Amino acid sequence: MSTAPLSLKELSKKEVLFASGHRMCAGCGAPIVVKMVLLASDYPVVASNATGCLEVSSCISEYTSWKIPWIHNAFENAAATIAGAETMYRSLKKQGKIDREIKFIAFGGDGGSYDIGIQSLSGAMERGHDMLYICYDNGAYMNTGIQRSSATPIGADTTTCPVGDVIQGKPQPRKDLTKIMAAHGIPYVAQASPSHWQDLMKKVKKALEIKGPKFMNILAPCNRGWRSQTNDAILLSRLAVETCYWPLFEIENGVTRITVKPKEKRPLVDFLKPQGRFKHLFTPQNEALLKQAQEQIDQYWERLLKEEACFGSVGSQETEK
Amino acid sequence: MGKVVAVTGNEAVAEALRQVNPDVCAAYPITPQTDLMQRFTSFASNGKVKTEVILVESEHSAMSACVGAAAAGGRVVTATSSQGLLLMLEIVFIASGMRLPIVMPIVNRAVSAPINIHGDHSDAMAARDAGWIQLWSENAQEAYDNAIQAFRIAEHLDIRLPAMVCLDGFIISHSIERIEYLDDKTVSDFVGDFKTVNPLLDTDHPVSYGPLILTDYYMEYRKAHDEVMSRVSKVVLEVAEDFHKVSGRRYGLFEAYRLEDAEIALVVLNSAAGTSKDVIDAFRDKGIKVGLLKPRLMRPFPYNEIGEALKHLKAVCVLDRADAFGGSLGPLCIDIMSALYQYKERPIVMNKIYGLGGRDFMPSQAEYALNDLLETVKTGKVKTFKEYIGVRE
Repeated sequence: MSTAPLSLKELSKKEVLFASGHRMCAGCGAPIVVKMVLLASDYPVVASNATGCLEVSSCISEYTSWKIPWIHNAFENAAATIAGAETMYRSLKKQGKIDREIKFIAFGGDGGSYDIGIQSLSGAMERGHDMLYICYDNGAYMNTGIQRSSATPIGADTTTCPVGDVIQGKPQPRKDLTKIMAAHGIPYVAQASPSHWQDLMKKVKKALEIKGPKFMNILAPCNRGWRSQTNDAILLSRLAVETCYWPLFEIENGVTRITVKPKEKRPLVDFLKPQGRFKHLFTPQNEALLKQAQEQIDQYWERLLKEEACFGSVGSQETEK
Repeated sequence: MGKVVAVTGNEAVAEALRQVNPDVCAAYPITPQTDLMQRFTSFASNGKVKTEVILVESEHSAMSACVGAAAAGGRVVTATSSQGLLLMLEIVFIASGMRLPIVMPIVNRAVSAPINIHGDHSDAMAARDAGWIQLWSENAQEAYDNAIQAFRIAEHLDIRLPAMVCLDGFIISHSIERIEYLDDKTVSDFVGDFKTVNPLLDTDHPVSYGPLILTDYYMEYRKAHDEVMSRVSKVVLEVAEDFHKVSGRRYGLFEAYRLEDAEIALVVLNSAAGTSKDVIDAFRDKGIKVGLLKPRLMRPFPYNEIGEALKHLKAVCVLDRADAFGGSLGPLCIDIMSALYQYKERPIVMNKIYGLGGRDFMPSQAEYALNDLLETVKTGKVKTFKEYIGVRE
């Protein structure tokens, strides 16, 4: 299938398959991600959705935002559910009962992907279903009220690791789900951010052209949980990329490529400062914690650069403008 | 007429699934279901079925994938036992809430702790109110016949609900019996083509499955489910009538054995009914009017029909191969008592818990229960309403 060029002019002609009128919070990153993902597809898509903000706000009673076939099963099984749908598709295709090309996408938040859904996700990836799993990562259980998840960054204030006299936010660093998915040896793994829409949509397009299991981890700012402004989802996701808190890279058939390299790597505090969940880190007593957070980011970025270098892949990466 | 074979219960159910030839099967191994799915996956490996098999990483994912596959639009099957059923229980409720006609043989096994792999009804009883249809089977023949009929019942357009087919672990699943198979064409004609309803794969007509329904409409959804359940009995009988035409074997909502003129009776599910019937015969030979009722459709429970069948008795002993802890009665006994409550004149009901964790149910236990009933009728006094039998004191 010929893919439409990725220009705003061309994209503006396409139907948006995630209708407005849903009940996500003002300024939420998740629906922006969903719109971009669906807009990037040139194929009919069937989607599954883990329980969470996106699910609970997008299909209420007879009102649905989904202009594509969509199924919400439970919290931890978006991957197994779409795997079932994809398998039925293969069965009916083999029997000659269906002939059109359909793509299968699962959406899950970080809770449904990093934590409770990791078994279902890992199993689906290992079995090789022809599907794309999209984790929209807002770094906590935002739907139930900002409880910590294994995707919550170190030092973040959440309702279950609240900043107190003894504990200064989440004591542990984030789980690296993107690399865990890459360790499955699947053909395509990528990280993306809505601030870099072209990079995000290119990755979705590429993923949908590849047969087999694909995983994308996409940053989705949450102003309620991040304690930030309602108009800064794109700003914050851009700062996440520019500080290398959220590097944009892909691992295609085992080869790592950084797709967007910041011209100048900004200090992590630029990303943390606008967010109330990190407010306490800027007190003198938490200087060490802040330093530790920066060191972890630096180490990860250095390792990523080395991984890329080791494949000698400089490719067509963009430089942050 | 089909051929007569000597097979295990698992083998018979696997053969039924081969003949039905579903579009998708998602399964995870657990004793004593393993042997059933090994046989079925071997059919898939050898091209004997068109089924695409998903060998998932847990029962939770087995039922999750079944939900995705069934919503996509096609015939779907899985099977499990014990802990497997408990692990997937969350999604078992979702499958019925979404009205997806998935068929799932349950090879009944005890539940942990302590861990035990043998025949016991605690697993299926834990899932009895999950909104599924439950058909219970005394032997390999009934398991085979129920498995075939389950597809017709579950997929009926007035019903569209998932169905479990229960058979006793090891006692039936692993014992060889003489049974009669239908031929392949008879089975495929009997179940017919799968009719899709709102399939996800119809991308021209997108549908949303699994919406959020809060206080405004949740009760209406539940009431609709209850109303569908009330239509199941009729369909079960219609399908049984059609099945009789192709097999010569008759099925109802339950089996009444020498019950019509009986004064006392046993009520028992699955394999223990076979042992009990021999004992009933021996009592009858002595001129004692005893009978037996074996429920087949356990969910929805046919309260009125079973009540009518039992109301004339003087005393009934319900044998439960599971317990409902907390000082209450076994799960089958609770239902039998509910069925009889509507009658002013009703039999005395007592409950005996037997065979947990695969402990053998011996003819002597059926004799003991019948003698207890006779004594109760004679004296008008119940020694004990609930007791464990065949247990070390």
